[in-house]
Amino acid sequence: MPKNEKEMPRKVKAKIIDEVGLKRTTTRLAHEILERNRGADNLVIVGIRTRGVFVAERIIEEIKQIEEKNIPLGILDITMYRDDFRQRLTQPVVQQTDIPFDLDEKSVVLVDDVLYTGRTTRAALEALMSFGRPERIQLAVLVDRGHRQLPIKPDYVGKNIPTSIGEEVQVKMREIDDEDCVLLVESPVGTNNEFNI
Amino acid sequence: MTKNKISDRIFKRKHLLGLDGVSAEEINLILETAESFKEVLDRPIPKVPTLRGKTIVNLFYEASTRTRISFELAEKRLSADTINFSANTSSVKKGESLRDTAQNIEAMKVDMVVIRHAAAGAPHFLTHWIKGSVINAGDGCHEHPTQALLDMMTLREVYNELKNLRVAIVGDILHSRVARSNIFGLTTMGADVALCGPATLIPVEAEKWKLKIFHNVDQAISWADVLMVLRIQLERQSQNFFPTLREYHNFFGITRERLEKAGKKITIMHPGPINRGIELDSDLADDPEFSVILNQVTNGVAVRMAILYLLSGEVEK
Repeated sequence: MPKNEKEMPRKVKAKIIDEVGLKRTTTRLAHEILERNRGADNLVIVGIRTRGVFVAERIIEEIKQIEEKNIPLGILDITMYRDDFRQRLTQPVVQQTDIPFDLDEKSVVLVDDVLYTGRTTRAALEALMSFGRPERIQLAVLVDRGHRQLPIKPDYVGKNIPTSIGEEVQVKMREIDDEDCVLLVESPVGTNNEFNI
Repeated sequence: MTKNKISDRIFKRKHLLGLDGVSAEEINLILETAESFKEVLDRPIPKVPTLRGKTIVNLFYEASTRTRISFELAEKRLSADTINFSANTSSVKKGESLRDTAQNIEAMKVDMVVIRHAAAGAPHFLTHWIKGSVINAGDGCHEHPTQALLDMMTLREVYNELKNLRVAIVGDILHSRVARSNIFGLTTMGADVALCGPATLIPVEAEKWKLKIFHNVDQAISWADVLMVLRIQLERQSQNFFPTLREYHNFFGITRERLEKAGKKITIMHPGPINRGIELDSDLADDPEFSVILNQVTNGVAVRMAILYLLSGEVEK
């Protein structure tokens, strides 16, 4: 899937995680997930589109290296659950959700790239509930940039990056971007953050 | 099909009145959105909150089973509030005009209206009296856009692409809004469309559309990848477009024997309701080797969810 307009080059303030660092971070997240869940049994991972899916895939790959187990991957698109529906003028494109397994009694690790207001997570939690009744849902994010608007707290955090409102965190993943890294960039002037919830 | 700039692909229409003039890009966006919504139907809880708080009126001035249920189901799967209106049990019986009905609906503050009407252009008329979105669910002999969209979605599932696909529409083309919408939609998507039927049931505009025309169904079958079989509208039988139903069946009915003679993969579609044994043999309609008729019905719900979603973007300021 190609890049879109909102990922146009912005003024980069800092590269916070580089390629090697990103690999280390996903390795640590995988270990923490295994430790907390006492192994990989009964575990499933659900990535939130778009980049959460790639983070999830990498965590699954790490778990495979550590425990020699294949964890099932689900893909979640939260567009149908957005809470800004009545405020927007045009509709965002709905993409496919693909959760090809039963969530009943499973331990679900929900994975996203950046945790910000918490609205995406809220939408994802609501979506997961229509797929069954998981035993528990945990939240893993590559970056927590603060500014929560809802009472949501992650279980696993790759890196805490305190940001101001005029800044944004850009996660780049080789699967769709040119490189693997996490950047702190300036918000473009006059953005309404329409697609950033 | 390009998937570039996925979040920039914006559906700008307010109404869906027909497929005449709808671009390939728009049709692709509708069909891809429908594919995403189709997954919802298989969930343990097949409901999403997307249209929570929206009110939709289904105005059905003409008999309908599939389309009305399909729209209502799509609306409910999206959590919209729905109101059904059928001409038989409403003030239409007392002589209320469409305009008055529309103005009353408008006064009740609804967000969308789905309308089926025997008069071509009734949905267009409605757009003058209603601020919300209007969706054409079939207007006279004019258009039935959601049916053509669900047909295209079903064909994409079988063939992946519509380009250069040979689709023969067989039967009463003259009175068929399904045929008209499909002709517009399929040709826009690059499919090769042919019409087949008795000369009395092929409209005069067919020449303007520059479509292949068959008056011999065996020739149409040997040409086509897909047969879109239309219902013979029994209610128009008294107008002598053809001598008898039996004769129609003998000349234009799709039978197993005819398909086997062609000896190739062929897909059979029908918008329903089927007159079994007239335009289509009963066992063919039920044979999954040929028939995708029930897939059409399932996809109908997904396509209507997609349309409702895409049209509901605008907010009155």
